[in-house]
Amino acid sequence: MQKATLLSLDGSEKKDEIERAKNEGRELTKEEKQRLRKEKKQQKKGKEKKDDKTPKGNEKEKSAPSPAPTPAPTPQPPAQAPSQKVPCPVMAGSATETTAASEKPTKSKAELKAERRARQEVERASKQGKKGDGGPQAAPSKSKVAPSELQPVVKRLPEHVQVDNPEVLKKLAKKLERQQIPLRSDYGYKVSLFSHLHQYSRKAPLTQQLSIPSTVIHPAIVRLGLQYSQGIVAGSNARSVALLHAFKQVIRDYTTPPNEELSRDLVNKLKPYISFLNQCRPLSASMGNAIKYIKKEISNIPSQCKDKEAKSKLLNCIDCYIDEKIILAAKAIAKYAIEKISDGDVILVYGCSSLVNNILCEAYEKNRKFRVIVVDSRPRLEGREALRRLVQRGISCTYVLISAVSYILPEVSKVFLGAHALLANGYVMSRVGTSQIALVAKAFNVPVLVCCETYKFCERVQTDSFVSNELDDPDDLIVTRKGKTQLENWQEVSLLGLLNLVYDVTPPDFVDLVITDLGMIPCTSVPVVLRVKNVDM
Amino acid sequence: MELQAVLMAAGGGSRMTDLTYNTPKPMLPVGNKPVIWYPLNLLERVGFEEVIVITTKEVQKMMSTDSKIKEVRMKLDVVCIQEDGDMGTADALRHIQQKIKTDILVLSCDLITDVALHEVVDLFRAHNATMAMLMSKTHEFTETVPGQKGKKKTAEQRDFVGVDHSGKRLLFMANEADLEDGLSIRKSIMRKHPRMHIKTGLEDAHLYCLKKAVVDFLTENKSISSIRGELVPYLVRKQFSKTTNSSKIKDDTDDQSQKKTDNVANHELVISSRDEGLLQLAQERSCWNDHRGDMSEAYHGGKLRCYVHIMDQGLCFRVNTLAAYIEANRLAPKLFEEPAVHPSAVISDRCQMGSDSIIGEKCQIADKTSIKRATIGNYSSIKEKVKVANSIIMHHVTIEEGCNIQGSVICSNAVIGRGADLKYCLVGNGQRIDAESERTNEVIVGTNQLMEI
Repeated sequence: MQKATLLSLDGSEKKDEIERAKNEGRELTKEEKQRLRKEKKQQKKGKEKKDDKTPKGNEKEKSAPSPAPTPAPTPQPPAQAPSQKVPCPVMAGSATETTAASEKPTKSKAELKAERRARQEVERASKQGKKGDGGPQAAPSKSKVAPSELQPVVKRLPEHVQVDNPEVLKKLAKKLERQQIPLRSDYGYKVSLFSHLHQYSRKAPLTQQLSIPSTVIHPAIVRLGLQYSQGIVAGSNARSVALLHAFKQVIRDYTTPPNEELSRDLVNKLKPYISFLNQCRPLSASMGNAIKYIKKEISNIPSQCKDKEAKSKLLNCIDCYIDEKIILAAKAIAKYAIEKISDGDVILVYGCSSLVNNILCEAYEKNRKFRVIVVDSRPRLEGREALRRLVQRGISCTYVLISAVSYILPEVSKVFLGAHALLANGYVMSRVGTSQIALVAKAFNVPVLVCCETYKFCERVQTDSFVSNELDDPDDLIVTRKGKTQLENWQEVSLLGLLNLVYDVTPPDFVDLVITDLGMIPCTSVPVVLRVKNVDM
Repeated sequence: MELQAVLMAAGGGSRMTDLTYNTPKPMLPVGNKPVIWYPLNLLERVGFEEVIVITTKEVQKMMSTDSKIKEVRMKLDVVCIQEDGDMGTADALRHIQQKIKTDILVLSCDLITDVALHEVVDLFRAHNATMAMLMSKTHEFTETVPGQKGKKKTAEQRDFVGVDHSGKRLLFMANEADLEDGLSIRKSIMRKHPRMHIKTGLEDAHLYCLKKAVVDFLTENKSISSIRGELVPYLVRKQFSKTTNSSKIKDDTDDQSQKKTDNVANHELVISSRDEGLLQLAQERSCWNDHRGDMSEAYHGGKLRCYVHIMDQGLCFRVNTLAAYIEANRLAPKLFEEPAVHPSAVISDRCQMGSDSIIGEKCQIADKTSIKRATIGNYSSIKEKVKVANSIIMHHVTIEEGCNIQGSVICSNAVIGRGADLKYCLVGNGQRIDAESERTNEVIVGTNQLMEI
């Protein structure tokens, strides 16, 4: 309805109207803003068509072999995630282009496709001639060809976080400005290997730059962001549940503005909130999946559905998601895991994983006789919380720090680890120190079991802990003993850097079994589960 | 909407009657701006768009004519109450209960501070607190106060404030007046928080963030009339009372009205929200605890929590005594980057003016005057050969030639006769000082004022 009128109007008419609006100084309506943005895009495309930029070509080359984009940072990747392979950037680009610019006149899209096909034929013909030049040249020419074909559908694959690249930072700043979210500034010296990641200080919360009765961002989201950045809500499951709870409040307080559809407008409303939460603390894989699910549910709302109905439907969906993927999944995993726990076992756990604690408590209820060794590490010392919960139930526990793990391992019969995310190549992303424990356990031939719900499965691929990680506040590492704080002025020592990593990845060779709500699978079956999940969705 | 601001401006200024018998406290000039402008400015800077101002008709009239107040861009919703009525701050909240739709930020009109307000509000948000307040280290007033007979002022009643090891959670609050035999702390509090820091050098800034449930609670409990005196200690005590800890968490399937009817009988503070189950789940799954060493969960399972932000740096005090008023005139202008001399003031060239003096609008300062560390109000006129030092001159004051004014406060519309010599005096509103008179350390007010006392 609305779209049709937009298309039918003459382009120049709209432009005049916008010019008039600008001159009058009144605020542009949403449609006019969209129109302006489209014009700008067209102009940019026109410019790029003329000069085939080589840096663009090189970047395309870089992005082509790079691993799949993270599902979390921008909302664009969900559409692209299924199509990962190298020649596919073109296809992915066109797919997102169609979803993002849905009001583009259809005839120009077909035109562009035809142009692209014609150009592809020409390039292919010329490449046949150039084949004699050798392999390495074909690759750059191919990637150079790709951007020129992509000119009409300019959509680059989003990169990983690149804080040391000023261009990417500028883009991020612009995006945040558009969404009226303040930009959180980095703090302190970053160790060079991790300089591409954000490092924030807990003493400089993002709320400093927001107005106090927050109007741009829903108060529930501000509260959530604060709780994330201060660590009050920590742990993959807790963060997802809190996120969904906040979204429920947002949906309840939402009213569709006139001339808008709930399915489109609500998704647009959620985007700045997600950017805000990302600024407070980088989103986890479980949160990313939850957001994907919600966005899908929202866009699937039929347009003739009334507000109240739609809202109650969405709230219901969220409740179902939490029930299925978190609560029932925990029960199912506990059921499978208890089969693996036998009497007389000595179980080693690391840090505080809500799922592993749940399993151990359930096993204790079912009268299994075992004892637990809790391994803990600084600076978070989450093991203390795990220790408290287990001891409260009556389970006998031992507490060690991670430096003593090779001393204690001869006593251990099994290792249960929780996971933050399971990556598509079978690697387990978890709290920093997990891979260490898995390594030592492997050396001692102790079985390592990872417990993870399926909603934490992520389509990212990672083989090391450097490329994508999270840097926590370096001041957490400072400790005061007997009134003396040795590291108080660490910033003044030029050669000193404090590094507080949060996650690390464990290779699948160290993991013997993954217990999920679908059953007990080997680490290498994760892509199968993902494929099945995608077919379902 | 997240927070609604409520500004309490109906107080009488009972501790500085000499200044306030003609001008109500909210409109006393500090740095040539009315006192009430400072909290309004704080709210505006932080991003509030509307404020509910509870005040008297007289103040409302004066506010509507004041130029500085007109500069305030927020929407001021002024609610008038009787000024002779014995309305406490909590009574006032009860009065405007209809207007309150969400959590509130209550301010006192005499608060001058440069606190980063997000510190207080963040505590309120992050911990889902019932109350969050602001306190600061007591400000020592060093200036000589006119009218003091040389004796040291009587010690103000001290507040005993107990906070936990992080310095944020409020565990104990009592005024010295209420503690006859000694300070007694309940065992239940000590069991939960074995390390408590008790501070006495703190001053309450009268800035509170309160949940809406507290306002609803006030409407049912008409016995509480003052926020500072009764409500705050009550909330602090209620944190550890057995009933709130063992309250069952109802499922969020019932609607709010049912919960209210269940609890109205026993004056309970209902601090539940919808989706309580989900919040509880998130808390269970989170590996965070606010304390360690015992077996209980975060916040010891308590639903009612009070937090305090203690400012150790920066400016924060309340203008409720004469000493505070004088100090305010010294410090408040430093908060803002405004020119000390108003552009419309007429100052002759041969006048010696110190850099820390403030000259108001349309002042006339004649030759050979010396003005050091003084605040001159609007429309005042100072004739030749006058020496003004360390003084506060309010609006519409006329100072004839040859006067010598030191350490004094001259209220509005006063006239100081020629050659008068005033040291550490307080000249009340509209008073006339005879020529060639010498007064030291006196409070000069009208006879009708004396009758009131």
